[in-house]
Amino acid sequence: MKYALVDCNTFYASCEKVFRPDLKNKPVIVLSNNDGCVVAMSREAKALGIPRGIPLFKVESHIKKYDIAVFSSNYTLYHDLSSRVMNILRNFASELEIYSIDEAFLILGGESQDDIARLIRGTVMTWTGIPVSVGIGPTKTLAKAANKVAKKRPEGYFDFSSSDSRLFLKELEVGDIWGIGRQYQAFLNRNGIFTALQLTQQSDSWVKKNLTMVGLRTKWELEGKPSIDMEQAPPPKKGILSSKSFSYPVTDLLDLMEAAADYGTTATEKLRKQKSVCRYVNISVSTNYFRQGDRQYSNAATIELAVPSAYPPDIISAARRGLEQIYRKGFKYKKITVYLTGIEDENRGQLDLFLKEDPRKYRVMESVDRINRKYGRNTVNCMNIRETSHWQMKREQLSPRYTTNWNELPLISAG
Amino acid sequence: MISFIFSPVQIAPVVEVPLFCDLIKAGFPSPADDYSDSSLDFNEYLIKNRASTFIVRVQGDSMIGAGIDTGDLLVVDRSIRPETGRIVIAVVDGEFTVKRLHRELGRWCLLPENPDYPVIEIGDETDFQVWGVVTHAIHSFL
Repeated sequence: MKYALVDCNTFYASCEKVFRPDLKNKPVIVLSNNDGCVVAMSREAKALGIPRGIPLFKVESHIKKYDIAVFSSNYTLYHDLSSRVMNILRNFASELEIYSIDEAFLILGGESQDDIARLIRGTVMTWTGIPVSVGIGPTKTLAKAANKVAKKRPEGYFDFSSSDSRLFLKELEVGDIWGIGRQYQAFLNRNGIFTALQLTQQSDSWVKKNLTMVGLRTKWELEGKPSIDMEQAPPPKKGILSSKSFSYPVTDLLDLMEAAADYGTTATEKLRKQKSVCRYVNISVSTNYFRQGDRQYSNAATIELAVPSAYPPDIISAARRGLEQIYRKGFKYKKITVYLTGIEDENRGQLDLFLKEDPRKYRVMESVDRINRKYGRNTVNCMNIRETSHWQMKREQLSPRYTTNWNELPLISAG
Repeated sequence: MISFIFSPVQIAPVVEVPLFCDLIKAGFPSPADDYSDSSLDFNEYLIKNRASTFIVRVQGDSMIGAGIDTGDLLVVDRSIRPETGRIVIAVVDGEFTVKRLHRELGRWCLLPENPDYPVIEIGDETDFQVWGVVTHAIHSFL
Protein backbone atom coordinates (compact mmCIF):
# COMPACT_ATOMS: atom_id res chain seq x y z
CA MET A 1 0.00 0.00 0.00
CA LYS A 2 1.23 3.48 -0.84
CA TYR A 3 0.20 6.91 0.29
CA ALA A 4 0.26 10.02 -1.82
CA LEU A 5 0.00 13.62 -0.72
CA VAL A 6 -1.33 15.81 -3.51
CA ASP A 7 -0.85 19.51 -2.94
CA CYS A 8 -2.07 22.31 -5.21
CA ASN A 9 0.79 24.64 -6.06
CA THR A 10 0.28 28.22 -4.83
CA PHE A 11 -3.42 27.38 -4.77
CA TYR A 12 -5.15 30.77 -4.35
CA ALA A 13 -2.90 32.43 -6.91
CA SER A 14 -3.38 29.49 -9.29
CA CYS A 15 -7.19 29.80 -8.96
CA GLU A 16 -6.97 33.49 -9.93
CA LYS A 17 -4.90 32.56 -12.99
CA VAL A 18 -7.32 29.95 -14.37
CA PHE A 19 -9.61 32.63 -15.79
CA ARG A 20 -6.92 35.22 -16.42
CA PRO A 21 -4.62 33.83 -19.12
CA ASP A 22 -3.05 37.27 -19.41
CA LEU A 23 -1.48 36.63 -15.98
CA LYS A 24 0.42 33.53 -17.09
CA ASN A 25 4.02 33.81 -15.83
CA LYS A 26 3.15 37.07 -14.04
CA PRO A 27 3.41 37.70 -10.29
CA VAL A 28 0.09 37.42 -8.44
CA ILE A 29 -0.63 38.07 -4.78
CA VAL A 30 -3.81 37.35 -2.82
CA LEU A 31 -4.79 39.39 0.24
CA SER A 32 -6.28 38.36 3.58
CA ASN A 33 -9.78 39.34 4.70
CA ASN A 34 -10.14 43.11 4.61
CA ASP A 35 -7.27 43.32 2.15
CA GLY A 36 -4.85 43.59 5.06
CA CYS A 37 -1.91 41.30 4.35
CA VAL A 38 -0.48 39.11 1.63
CA VAL A 39 -1.69 35.56 2.31
CA ALA A 40 -0.77 33.83 -0.92
CA MET A 41 1.60 34.32 -3.80
CA SER A 42 2.28 32.85 -7.19
CA ARG A 43 5.69 31.36 -7.94
CA GLU A 44 6.69 34.58 -9.70
CA ALA A 45 5.69 36.74 -6.70
CA LYS A 46 7.64 34.47 -4.34
CA ALA A 47 10.66 34.89 -6.57
CA LEU A 48 10.46 38.65 -5.98
CA GLY A 49 11.16 37.94 -2.32
CA ILE A 50 7.81 39.11 -0.93
CA PRO A 51 7.34 37.53 2.51
CA ARG A 52 4.00 35.89 3.29
CA GLY A 53 1.95 37.87 5.81
CA ILE A 54 3.45 41.25 4.99
CA PRO A 55 0.89 44.12 5.20
CA LEU A 56 -0.28 45.36 1.82
CA PHE A 57 0.90 48.94 2.32
CA LYS A 58 4.48 47.73 2.75
CA VAL A 59 4.58 46.19 -0.73
CA GLU A 60 2.87 49.01 -2.65
CA SER A 61 6.12 50.08 -4.29
CA HIS A 62 6.89 46.49 -5.34
CA ILE A 63 3.41 46.15 -6.84
CA LYS A 64 3.98 49.17 -9.07
CA LYS A 65 7.55 48.32 -9.95
CA TYR A 66 6.94 44.69 -10.93
CA ASP A 67 3.36 45.05 -12.17
CA ILE A 68 2.05 42.55 -9.63
CA ALA A 69 -1.62 41.55 -9.97
CA VAL A 70 -3.38 41.95 -6.60
CA PHE A 71 -6.55 40.07 -5.57
CA SER A 72 -8.80 40.08 -2.52
CA SER A 73 -9.41 36.54 -1.35
CA ASN A 74 -12.25 35.00 -3.35
CA TYR A 75 -13.13 31.97 -1.24
CA THR A 76 -16.21 31.19 -3.32
CA LEU A 77 -13.97 30.60 -6.32
CA TYR A 78 -11.25 28.75 -4.37
CA HIS A 79 -13.80 26.50 -2.76
CA ASP A 80 -15.37 25.55 -6.08
CA LEU A 81 -12.04 24.76 -7.74
CA SER A 82 -10.95 22.85 -4.63
CA SER A 83 -14.03 20.63 -4.73
CA ARG A 84 -13.37 19.93 -8.43
CA VAL A 85 -9.76 18.94 -7.67
CA MET A 86 -10.84 16.71 -4.77
CA ASN A 87 -13.45 15.00 -6.92
CA ILE A 88 -10.84 14.26 -9.57
CA LEU A 89 -8.46 12.86 -6.94
CA ARG A 90 -11.21 10.56 -5.71
CA ASN A 91 -10.95 8.71 -9.05
CA PHE A 92 -7.36 7.76 -8.35
CA ALA A 93 -7.64 6.75 -4.72
CA SER A 94 -9.13 3.83 -2.88
CA GLU A 95 -9.38 6.23 0.08
CA LEU A 96 -9.16 10.00 0.16
CA GLU A 97 -8.61 12.35 3.08
CA ILE A 98 -9.16 16.02 2.34
CA TYR A 99 -6.52 17.55 4.57
CA SER A 100 -7.08 21.19 3.70
CA ILE A 101 -8.58 23.29 0.89
CA ASP A 102 -5.55 22.51 -1.28
CA GLU A 103 -4.15 19.21 0.03
CA ALA A 104 -5.33 15.62 0.15
CA PHE A 105 -3.92 12.28 1.20
CA LEU A 106 -4.68 9.36 -1.11
CA ILE A 107 -4.27 5.65 -0.67
CA LEU A 108 -3.20 4.52 -4.11
CA GLY A 109 -4.18 1.36 -5.91
CA GLY A 110 -1.64 -1.05 -7.34
CA GLU A 111 -0.61 0.86 -10.48
CA SER A 112 2.93 1.90 -11.28
CA GLN A 113 3.62 4.88 -9.04
CA ASP A 114 5.35 7.10 -11.59
CA ASP A 115 2.53 6.60 -14.05
CA ILE A 116 -0.13 7.42 -11.51
CA ALA A 117 1.66 10.55 -10.29
CA ARG A 118 1.98 11.76 -13.87
CA LEU A 119 -1.64 10.90 -14.56
CA ILE A 120 -2.89 12.72 -11.46
CA ARG A 121 -0.92 15.84 -12.31
CA GLY A 122 -1.94 15.79 -15.96
CA THR A 123 -5.62 15.20 -15.25
CA VAL A 124 -5.98 17.88 -12.57
CA MET A 125 -4.11 20.39 -14.75
CA THR A 126 -6.09 19.66 -17.91
CA TRP A 127 -9.50 19.50 -16.25
CA THR A 128 -9.18 22.45 -13.87
CA GLY A 129 -6.06 24.42 -14.79
CA ILE A 130 -4.65 23.95 -11.29
CA PRO A 131 -1.03 22.67 -11.05
CA VAL A 132 -0.43 20.10 -8.33
CA SER A 133 2.59 18.28 -6.95
CA VAL A 134 2.52 14.67 -5.83
CA GLY A 135 4.60 13.06 -3.07
CA ILE A 136 4.47 9.29 -2.66
CA GLY A 137 5.63 7.17 0.25
CA PRO A 138 4.86 4.10 2.37
CA THR A 139 3.30 6.30 5.11
CA LYS A 140 1.46 9.63 5.28
CA THR A 141 4.43 11.33 6.95
CA LEU A 142 6.83 10.16 4.23
CA ALA A 143 4.34 11.11 1.48
CA LYS A 144 4.15 14.59 2.99
CA ALA A 145 7.96 14.84 3.09
CA ALA A 146 8.19 13.49 -0.48
CA ASN A 147 5.83 16.25 -1.55
CA LYS A 148 8.32 18.89 -0.38
CA VAL A 149 10.87 17.32 -2.72
CA ALA A 150 8.28 17.07 -5.52
CA LYS A 151 7.67 20.83 -5.31
CA LYS A 152 11.31 21.50 -6.19
CA ARG A 153 11.39 19.15 -9.17
CA PRO A 154 10.39 20.11 -12.70
CA GLU A 155 8.42 16.86 -13.12
CA GLY A 156 6.34 17.81 -10.06
CA TYR A 157 6.30 14.43 -8.33
CA PHE A 158 8.60 12.40 -6.14
CA ASP A 159 8.39 8.83 -4.91
CA PHE A 160 10.16 8.16 -1.61
CA SER A 161 10.92 4.58 -2.61
CA SER A 162 12.91 5.80 -5.62
CA SER A 163 15.41 7.42 -3.26
CA ASP A 164 18.08 6.18 -0.87
CA SER A 165 15.94 6.32 2.26
CA ARG A 166 18.88 7.02 4.59
CA LEU A 167 19.95 9.97 2.50
CA PHE A 168 16.37 11.19 2.24
CA LEU A 169 15.89 11.15 6.02
CA LYS A 170 19.28 12.74 6.57
CA GLU A 171 18.31 15.69 4.42
CA LEU A 172 14.91 16.13 6.06
CA GLU A 173 15.12 18.63 8.92
CA VAL A 174 13.14 17.73 12.04
CA GLY A 175 11.23 21.01 11.92
CA ASP A 176 10.02 20.10 8.43
CA ILE A 177 8.54 16.77 9.51
CA TRP A 178 4.75 16.68 9.46
CA GLY A 179 3.51 16.64 13.06
CA ILE A 180 6.79 17.76 14.65
CA GLY A 181 6.52 21.44 13.95
CA ARG A 182 8.44 24.39 15.25
CA GLN A 183 7.67 23.97 18.94
CA TYR A 184 9.42 20.59 19.12
CA GLN A 185 12.13 21.62 16.69
CA ALA A 186 13.92 23.81 19.27
CA PHE A 187 13.71 21.06 21.87
CA LEU A 188 15.07 18.40 19.49
CA ASN A 189 17.86 20.67 18.28
CA ARG A 190 18.93 21.28 21.89
CA ASN A 191 19.19 17.51 22.21
CA GLY A 192 21.42 17.28 19.15
CA ILE A 193 18.68 16.00 16.83
CA PHE A 194 18.59 17.97 13.60
CA THR A 195 17.45 15.49 10.97
CA ALA A 196 14.70 12.93 10.54
CA LEU A 197 17.39 10.23 10.41
CA GLN A 198 18.65 11.23 13.87
CA LEU A 199 15.09 11.15 15.19
CA THR A 200 14.61 7.57 13.97
CA GLN A 201 17.83 6.60 15.77
CA GLN A 202 16.33 7.49 19.19
CA SER A 203 14.67 4.78 21.24
CA ASP A 204 10.89 4.48 21.17
CA SER A 205 10.70 5.11 24.91
CA TRP A 206 12.74 8.32 24.69
CA VAL A 207 10.56 9.64 21.87
CA LYS A 208 7.34 8.73 23.66
CA LYS A 209 8.53 10.34 26.89
CA ASN A 210 9.59 13.59 25.24
CA LEU A 211 7.29 13.93 22.26
CA THR A 212 4.24 12.00 23.50
CA MET A 213 2.51 9.23 21.58
CA VAL A 214 1.99 11.57 18.63
CA GLY A 215 5.77 11.92 18.27
CA LEU A 216 6.27 8.18 18.54
CA ARG A 217 3.77 7.55 15.76
CA THR A 218 5.65 10.07 13.64
CA LYS A 219 8.91 8.20 14.31
CA TRP A 220 7.30 4.91 13.21
CA GLU A 221 5.96 6.58 10.11
CA LEU A 222 9.45 7.81 9.24
CA GLU A 223 10.58 4.20 9.57
CA GLY A 224 7.99 3.24 6.97
CA LYS A 225 5.38 1.72 9.32
CA PRO A 226 1.96 3.29 8.73
CA SER A 227 0.81 4.58 12.14
CA ILE A 228 -1.46 7.52 11.36
CA ASP A 229 -4.93 6.65 10.09
CA MET A 230 -6.74 8.31 7.23
CA GLU A 231 -9.35 10.70 8.60
CA GLN A 232 -12.22 10.79 6.20
CA ALA A 233 -14.57 12.93 8.20
CA PRO A 234 -13.29 15.71 10.43
CA PRO A 235 -14.26 15.29 14.10
CA PRO A 236 -17.01 17.67 15.26
CA LYS A 237 -15.63 20.93 16.60
CA LYS A 238 -15.81 21.68 20.32
CA GLY A 239 -16.12 25.40 19.85
CA ILE A 240 -17.18 27.39 16.82
CA LEU A 241 -15.82 30.82 16.23
CA SER A 242 -16.72 33.49 13.73
CA SER A 243 -14.75 36.68 13.90
CA LYS A 244 -13.65 39.47 11.65
CA SER A 245 -11.67 42.64 11.85
CA PHE A 246 -13.34 45.73 10.47
CA SER A 247 -11.68 47.63 7.67
CA TYR A 248 -12.70 50.94 9.25
CA PRO A 249 -13.09 51.80 12.94
CA VAL A 250 -16.68 51.07 14.02
CA THR A 251 -18.21 53.21 16.75
CA ASP A 252 -21.96 52.67 16.40
CA LEU A 253 -23.81 50.02 18.42
CA LEU A 254 -26.14 49.34 15.50
CA ASP A 255 -23.21 48.46 13.23
CA LEU A 256 -21.84 46.11 15.88
CA MET A 257 -25.28 44.53 16.26
CA GLU A 258 -25.42 43.81 12.54
CA ALA A 259 -21.95 42.34 12.54
CA ALA A 260 -22.85 40.21 15.57
CA ALA A 261 -25.96 38.98 13.77
CA ASP A 262 -24.00 38.13 10.65
CA TYR A 263 -21.23 36.26 12.47
CA GLY A 264 -23.79 34.60 14.72
CA THR A 265 -25.56 33.35 11.59
CA THR A 266 -22.31 32.04 10.09
CA ALA A 267 -21.47 30.25 13.32
CA THR A 268 -24.90 28.60 13.59
CA GLU A 269 -24.61 27.43 9.98
CA LYS A 270 -21.42 25.60 10.93
CA LEU A 271 -23.15 24.28 14.02
CA ARG A 272 -26.06 22.82 12.03
CA LYS A 273 -23.71 21.40 9.42
CA GLN A 274 -22.08 19.21 12.06
CA LYS A 275 -25.51 18.45 13.61
CA SER A 276 -24.76 20.10 16.93
CA VAL A 277 -26.38 22.59 19.28
CA CYS A 278 -24.64 24.99 21.66
CA ARG A 279 -25.36 26.10 25.19
CA TYR A 280 -23.21 29.25 25.49
CA VAL A 281 -22.77 32.27 23.25
CA ASN A 282 -19.64 34.27 23.94
CA ILE A 283 -19.30 37.68 22.35
CA SER A 284 -16.25 39.90 22.50
CA VAL A 285 -15.22 43.26 21.08
CA SER A 286 -11.92 45.05 20.99
CA THR A 287 -10.37 48.26 19.72
CA ASN A 288 -7.21 48.38 17.61
CA TYR A 289 -4.26 48.00 19.95
CA PHE A 290 -1.85 48.90 17.21
CA ARG A 291 -3.28 52.40 16.83
CA GLN A 292 -1.31 54.42 19.28
CA GLY A 293 -3.14 57.44 20.60
CA ASP A 294 -6.56 55.74 20.47
CA ARG A 295 -8.29 54.93 23.75
CA GLN A 296 -8.26 51.16 24.11
CA TYR A 297 -11.02 48.86 25.31
CA SER A 298 -11.91 45.22 25.07
CA ASN A 299 -14.50 43.11 26.81
CA ALA A 300 -16.43 39.87 26.49
CA ALA A 301 -19.71 38.46 27.74
CA THR A 302 -21.05 34.92 27.83
CA ILE A 303 -24.77 34.29 27.66
CA GLU A 304 -26.24 30.93 28.57
CA LEU A 305 -29.15 29.83 26.44
CA ALA A 306 -32.27 28.53 28.15
CA VAL A 307 -32.19 25.51 25.87
CA PRO A 308 -29.18 24.35 23.75
CA SER A 309 -29.89 25.57 20.24
CA ALA A 310 -28.70 25.94 16.66
CA TYR A 311 -31.52 28.30 15.79
CA PRO A 312 -30.08 31.62 14.55
CA PRO A 313 -32.60 33.94 16.25
CA ASP A 314 -31.74 32.33 19.61
CA ILE A 315 -28.03 32.78 19.05
CA ILE A 316 -28.35 36.28 17.60
CA SER A 317 -30.53 37.57 20.41
CA ALA A 318 -28.09 36.14 22.96
CA ALA A 319 -25.19 37.78 21.12
CA ARG A 320 -27.06 41.09 21.13
CA ARG A 321 -27.83 40.87 24.83
CA GLY A 322 -24.14 40.23 25.45
CA LEU A 323 -23.17 43.12 23.21
CA GLU A 324 -25.48 45.51 25.09
CA GLN A 325 -23.67 44.57 28.30
CA ILE A 326 -20.17 45.17 26.98
CA TYR A 327 -20.66 48.02 24.50
CA ARG A 328 -19.19 51.32 25.62
CA LYS A 329 -19.72 54.52 23.68
CA GLY A 330 -16.79 56.51 22.36
CA PHE A 331 -14.45 53.74 21.31
CA LYS A 332 -13.30 52.83 17.83
CA TYR A 333 -13.94 49.11 17.57
CA LYS A 334 -11.71 46.99 15.36
CA LYS A 335 -12.88 43.46 15.96
CA ILE A 336 -15.92 41.45 17.03
CA THR A 337 -16.03 37.73 17.73
CA VAL A 338 -18.93 35.36 18.24
CA TYR A 339 -17.84 32.12 19.89
CA LEU A 340 -20.23 29.24 20.47
CA THR A 341 -19.34 26.74 23.19
CA GLY A 342 -20.96 24.03 25.26
CA ILE A 343 -21.48 22.15 22.03
CA GLU A 344 -23.53 19.00 22.15
CA ASP A 345 -24.77 16.48 19.67
CA GLU A 346 -28.25 17.54 18.60
CA ASN A 347 -29.45 13.97 19.04
CA ARG A 348 -28.26 13.55 22.59
CA GLY A 349 -31.65 14.30 24.08
CA GLN A 350 -31.30 18.01 23.47
CA LEU A 351 -33.13 17.85 20.20
CA ASP A 352 -36.19 16.64 22.05
CA LEU A 353 -36.07 19.72 24.20
CA PHE A 354 -35.48 21.84 21.15
CA LEU A 355 -38.41 20.24 19.41
CA LYS A 356 -40.64 20.33 22.44
CA GLU A 357 -39.95 23.98 22.78
CA ASP A 358 -41.10 24.71 19.25
CA PRO A 359 -40.90 22.10 16.50
CA ARG A 360 -41.44 24.75 13.85
CA LYS A 361 -37.97 26.22 14.52
CA TYR A 362 -36.33 23.08 13.25
CA ARG A 363 -38.40 22.95 10.08
CA VAL A 364 -37.83 26.65 9.39
CA MET A 365 -34.06 26.19 9.61
CA GLU A 366 -34.12 23.19 7.31
CA SER A 367 -35.88 25.29 4.69
CA VAL A 368 -33.64 28.32 5.24
CA ASP A 369 -30.49 26.20 4.88
CA ARG A 370 -31.85 24.66 1.69
CA ILE A 371 -32.69 28.04 0.16
CA ASN A 372 -29.32 29.53 1.08
CA ARG A 373 -27.47 26.52 -0.30
CA LYS A 374 -29.32 26.82 -3.56
CA TYR A 375 -29.45 30.58 -4.10
CA GLY A 376 -26.40 31.72 -2.17
CA ARG A 377 -25.56 32.88 1.30
CA ASN A 378 -27.83 35.38 2.97
CA THR A 379 -30.66 34.94 0.44
CA VAL A 380 -32.74 34.44 3.55
CA ASN A 381 -31.41 35.78 6.83
CA CYS A 382 -32.59 37.01 10.19
CA MET A 383 -31.41 40.57 10.02
CA ASN A 384 -31.66 43.69 8.07
CA ILE A 385 -28.28 44.47 6.56
CA ARG A 386 -28.09 48.04 5.37
CA GLU A 387 -26.33 48.75 2.11
CA THR A 388 -24.03 51.23 3.78
CA SER A 389 -22.94 49.12 6.73
CA HIS A 390 -19.51 50.09 7.92
CA TRP A 391 -18.56 46.70 9.25
CA GLN A 392 -18.63 44.79 5.99
CA MET A 393 -15.39 43.42 4.67
CA LYS A 394 -13.12 45.43 2.47
CA ARG A 395 -12.57 43.48 -0.73
CA GLU A 396 -11.58 46.02 -3.30
CA GLN A 397 -9.68 43.67 -5.59
CA LEU A 398 -12.20 40.84 -5.66
CA SER A 399 -12.23 38.75 -8.83
CA PRO A 400 -15.55 37.50 -10.25
CA ARG A 401 -17.14 34.31 -8.91
CA TYR A 402 -16.54 32.78 -12.34
CA THR A 403 -17.89 29.33 -11.55
CA THR A 404 -20.78 29.89 -9.15
CA ASN A 405 -22.63 33.03 -10.21
CA TRP A 406 -24.57 33.52 -13.44
CA ASN A 407 -23.79 37.23 -13.48
CA GLU A 408 -20.04 36.76 -13.12
CA LEU A 409 -19.25 34.13 -15.76
CA PRO A 410 -16.00 34.52 -17.73
CA LEU A 411 -16.49 36.62 -20.85
CA ILE A 412 -15.05 35.10 -24.00
CA SER A 413 -14.52 37.32 -26.99
CA ALA A 414 -15.83 36.15 -30.33
CA GLY A 415 -14.32 39.14 -32.04
CA MET B 1 -22.32 30.46 -0.41
CA ILE B 2 -22.61 27.07 -2.09
CA SER B 3 -19.84 25.13 -0.51
CA PHE B 4 -19.77 21.40 -0.10
CA ILE B 5 -16.37 19.88 -0.16
CA PHE B 6 -17.71 16.56 -1.31
CA SER B 7 -20.03 17.67 -4.07
CA PRO B 8 -19.08 19.53 -7.21
CA VAL B 9 -20.56 22.89 -7.97
CA GLN B 10 -24.21 23.01 -8.88
CA ILE B 11 -23.74 24.43 -12.32
CA ALA B 12 -27.43 24.98 -12.65
CA PRO B 13 -30.31 24.25 -10.35
CA VAL B 14 -31.81 20.90 -11.21
CA VAL B 15 -34.80 21.44 -13.42
CA GLU B 16 -37.08 18.47 -13.44
CA VAL B 17 -39.21 17.89 -16.48
CA PRO B 18 -41.31 14.76 -16.23
CA LEU B 19 -41.10 12.38 -19.17
CA PHE B 20 -44.29 10.55 -20.05
CA CYS B 21 -43.89 7.21 -21.76
CA ASP B 22 -47.48 6.84 -22.90
CA LEU B 23 -49.15 8.96 -25.50
CA ILE B 24 -51.96 11.02 -24.14
CA LYS B 25 -54.98 10.76 -26.38
CA ALA B 26 -57.19 13.79 -26.84
CA GLY B 27 -60.63 13.43 -25.41
CA PHE B 28 -59.63 10.41 -23.41
CA PRO B 29 -59.00 11.00 -19.73
CA SER B 30 -55.58 9.51 -19.23
CA PRO B 31 -54.18 8.96 -15.74
CA ALA B 32 -50.81 9.96 -17.20
CA ASP B 33 -49.26 10.61 -13.81
CA ASP B 34 -49.20 6.88 -13.20
CA TYR B 35 -46.88 6.42 -16.16
CA SER B 36 -44.40 9.17 -15.40
CA ASP B 37 -40.84 7.95 -15.89
CA SER B 38 -37.71 9.53 -14.43
CA SER B 39 -37.35 13.32 -14.77
CA LEU B 40 -35.24 15.01 -17.39
CA ASP B 41 -32.30 16.85 -15.96
CA PHE B 42 -30.54 19.31 -18.25
CA ASN B 43 -27.37 18.94 -16.21
CA GLU B 44 -27.27 15.31 -17.23
CA TYR B 45 -27.64 16.26 -20.89
CA LEU B 46 -25.23 19.21 -20.94
CA ILE B 47 -22.58 18.11 -18.47
CA LYS B 48 -20.76 14.82 -18.84
CA ASN B 49 -17.94 15.65 -16.48
CA ARG B 50 -18.75 18.08 -13.69
CA ALA B 51 -15.19 18.52 -12.44
CA SER B 52 -13.96 19.71 -15.84
CA THR B 53 -17.00 21.65 -17.06
CA PHE B 54 -17.22 25.44 -16.97
CA ILE B 55 -19.80 27.89 -18.28
CA VAL B 56 -18.70 31.04 -20.09
CA ARG B 57 -20.50 33.91 -21.79
CA VAL B 58 -19.86 35.03 -25.38
CA GLN B 59 -19.22 38.57 -26.48
CA GLY B 60 -19.07 39.17 -30.24
CA ASP B 61 -20.43 37.71 -33.46
CA SER B 62 -17.46 36.03 -35.15
CA MET B 63 -19.03 32.58 -34.60
CA ILE B 64 -22.54 33.47 -35.74
CA GLY B 65 -22.35 30.86 -38.53
CA ALA B 66 -21.91 28.13 -35.92
CA GLY B 67 -25.00 29.34 -34.08
CA ILE B 68 -23.06 31.21 -31.40
CA ASP B 69 -24.16 34.79 -30.85
CA THR B 70 -23.26 37.50 -28.40
CA GLY B 71 -24.70 36.89 -24.93
CA ASP B 72 -24.95 33.13 -25.44
CA LEU B 73 -23.70 30.73 -22.81
CA LEU B 74 -21.20 28.06 -23.77
CA VAL B 75 -20.68 24.80 -21.96
CA VAL B 76 -16.95 24.11 -21.99
CA ASP B 77 -15.49 20.73 -21.09
CA ARG B 78 -11.74 20.82 -20.47
CA SER B 79 -11.47 17.02 -20.40
CA ILE B 80 -12.30 16.67 -24.11
CA ARG B 81 -9.40 16.48 -26.56
CA PRO B 82 -9.08 19.50 -28.79
CA GLU B 83 -9.15 18.08 -32.31
CA THR B 84 -9.49 19.65 -35.70
CA GLY B 85 -13.11 20.66 -36.37
CA ARG B 86 -14.01 21.22 -32.73
CA ILE B 87 -15.09 24.60 -31.42
CA VAL B 88 -12.69 25.66 -28.68
CA ILE B 89 -11.99 28.35 -26.16
CA ALA B 90 -8.44 29.29 -27.04
CA VAL B 91 -5.93 31.61 -25.47
CA VAL B 92 -4.03 33.65 -28.05
CA ASP B 93 -1.37 35.99 -26.65
CA GLY B 94 -3.08 36.04 -23.26
CA GLU B 95 -6.60 36.72 -24.59
CA PHE B 96 -9.57 34.34 -24.62
CA THR B 97 -11.31 33.72 -27.92
CA VAL B 98 -13.85 31.22 -29.22
CA LYS B 99 -13.20 29.78 -32.70
CA ARG B 100 -13.23 26.54 -34.64
CA LEU B 101 -9.93 24.69 -34.39
CA HIS B 102 -8.46 23.60 -37.71
CA ARG B 103 -5.28 21.87 -38.80
CA GLU B 104 -3.96 22.21 -42.31
CA LEU B 105 -0.57 21.35 -43.77
CA GLY B 106 0.77 20.65 -40.30
CA ARG B 107 -0.30 24.01 -38.91
CA TRP B 108 -3.03 24.92 -36.44
CA CYS B 109 -5.34 27.81 -37.14
CA LEU B 110 -8.52 29.26 -35.64
CA LEU B 111 -11.43 29.73 -38.00
CA PRO B 112 -14.17 32.29 -37.42
CA GLU B 113 -17.65 31.51 -38.77
CA ASN B 114 -18.39 34.95 -40.07
CA PRO B 115 -16.84 36.24 -43.31
CA ASP B 116 -16.19 39.63 -41.68
CA TYR B 117 -13.46 38.15 -39.48
CA PRO B 118 -9.99 36.90 -40.44
CA VAL B 119 -8.57 33.43 -39.87
CA ILE B 120 -6.09 33.40 -36.98
CA GLU B 121 -2.92 31.57 -38.04
CA ILE B 122 -0.94 30.03 -35.21
CA GLY B 123 2.71 30.75 -35.93
CA ASP B 124 5.68 29.37 -34.04
CA GLU B 125 5.89 32.65 -32.15
CA THR B 126 2.22 32.76 -31.15
CA ASP B 127 1.51 32.19 -27.47
CA PHE B 128 -1.32 29.73 -28.02
CA GLN B 129 -3.20 27.26 -25.87
CA VAL B 130 -6.56 25.53 -26.01
CA TRP B 131 -8.38 26.26 -22.73
CA GLY B 132 -11.33 23.95 -23.32
CA VAL B 133 -13.63 22.38 -25.88
CA VAL B 134 -17.12 23.84 -26.37
CA THR B 135 -19.77 21.12 -26.14
CA HIS B 136 -23.00 23.16 -26.24
CA ALA B 137 -24.21 26.70 -26.88
CA ILE B 138 -27.22 27.95 -24.97
CA HIS B 139 -29.14 30.68 -26.74
CA SER B 140 -32.06 32.42 -25.12
CA PHE B 141 -34.88 33.82 -27.24
CA LEU B 142 -36.19 36.11 -24.55
